Amino acid sequence: MGHVLKTRAQSAIQTETLALPRAEEETETPIGGFDPRARILAVVTFALAVVVLSDLAALVVALCASLLAMVLANLPPAPTLRRMAMMDSFIIFMLMLLPFTVPGDPIVTIFGYPASWQGLIRAVEIALKANAIVLMLLSLVGTMDAITIGRALYRLKAPEPLVHLMMFTVRYIDVLVREYRTLRTAMKARGFRPSNSRHTWKSFGYLVGMMLVRSLERSERILAAMKCRGFTGTIPLIDDLAWRRRDFGLGLATLSLLSGLAVIEVLRAPL
Amino acid sequence: MHIVDGALSLPVVAGGAVVAAGGVALGLRSLTMEKIPAAGVLSATFFVASLIHVPIGPSSVHLIMNGLAGLVLGWAAFPALFIGLLLQAVFFGFGGLTVLGVNTLNIALPAVIVYYLCRRGIAARSPAVAAGWGALGGGLAIALTTLLVAFALALSGDEYIPAAKLVFFAHVPVMAVEAALTGAAVLLAHRVKPELFDALSEAEKEATS
Repeated sequence: MGHVLKTRAQSAIQTETLALPRAEEETETPIGGFDPRARILAVVTFALAVVVLSDLAALVVALCASLLAMVLANLPPAPTLRRMAMMDSFIIFMLMLLPFTVPGDPIVTIFGYPASWQGLIRAVEIALKANAIVLMLLSLVGTMDAITIGRALYRLKAPEPLVHLMMFTVRYIDVLVREYRTLRTAMKARGFRPSNSRHTWKSFGYLVGMMLVRSLERSERILAAMKCRGFTGTIPLIDDLAWRRRDFGLGLATLSLLSGLAVIEVLRAPL
Repeated sequence: MHIVDGALSLPVVAGGAVVAAGGVALGLRSLTMEKIPAAGVLSATFFVASLIHVPIGPSSVHLIMNGLAGLVLGWAAFPALFIGLLLQAVFFGFGGLTVLGVNTLNIALPAVIVYYLCRRGIAARSPAVAAGWGALGGGLAIALTTLLVAFALALSGDEYIPAAKLVFFAHVPVMAVEAALTGAAVLLAHRVKPELFDALSEAEKEATS
């Protein structure tokens, strides 16, 4: 019995990292009070502006703005920054190669390969851009309920089938994570332990295949249930979004931030 | 496999976004309202599958399964994988926002290519032959994805060429794992529910027969 309880606890931890974060609509946070559309538009313009910047000082200011947004969104700093560090660990090798592949003034020579200042600066630039944009995205949009994002995208003229597809995907991720857990528990109960073996690969392949088969059967039941309730081919979307004065405030704040970044960039550009 | 914001040159980012938007539009055109529940649930399955970690050597990799997604979804793989990448970026911080187009293209285009190359093969009567085609599709999709990632990097600047080569060779074991898994998944579906692979292309089949 104790063993069963332990696996339950372990799988609870697993799902926590697997499932989409359950972002509650927190209207009480300063960021939560803005219209979802305003938040999406702000992030998109911020991202487009930041990728074209090249001055390191301007990029540091952009990253500080994202950190401020993280605080205003009431995101817990430690897990959020850990998530960012995880993204950084994916790109670290690429960034470490850059000083050696960009030609320029050497700073240090390792195993006969010179590392250049220009390459180092380029690597720092990419790291700042990537982190600033991702952190702003996590703070402004990642704190929304996925369904709210779908509704906002619909009002922002995203194609209707795409929005419906997104709603279905979001709705069933939770269900399928639970299904995945059930199948993994069943595998564990039969003594399955992942290792580097043919058996492991085959078992994981069967696992994915089984999930697909069950999913398709589930979707047949969903469609039947929808038809039974008078489904006519369109899904009504809750549409209660309305612009308020504060949303223009967010727009204004974004624009002034971006103009500030542009000014830093231009002033510090070598003439 | 995700490329981050700021790494690619602007023409590559813009070009990727335009082509990916075209692919998503084509994929949506094939999705009638009747097929959206199936496409949505399958798209959620692939999202969950991408969170599974499989041991490989001393480390582990997460699955991509874009070959299998192509075999099951056809052109609908474009919108489905785009949504997966969007959700990963928004909630997990993987990848980025401006590179969403390039990342979608890198993962969904190989899926569609595999769909055209292998869909006849996986319909073979013999389960072993079908599984073989499935494995080929699974491995090929990852190979094409890494090639596209390498290509996007190399197009953005010569300084990325060593990194691009590294990306390709580092993914050779991943290709083997994905091939084995996709083959096994196709084998199972072949035995249990062969209609899985026509779920989204029924209309097309009726039109041809």
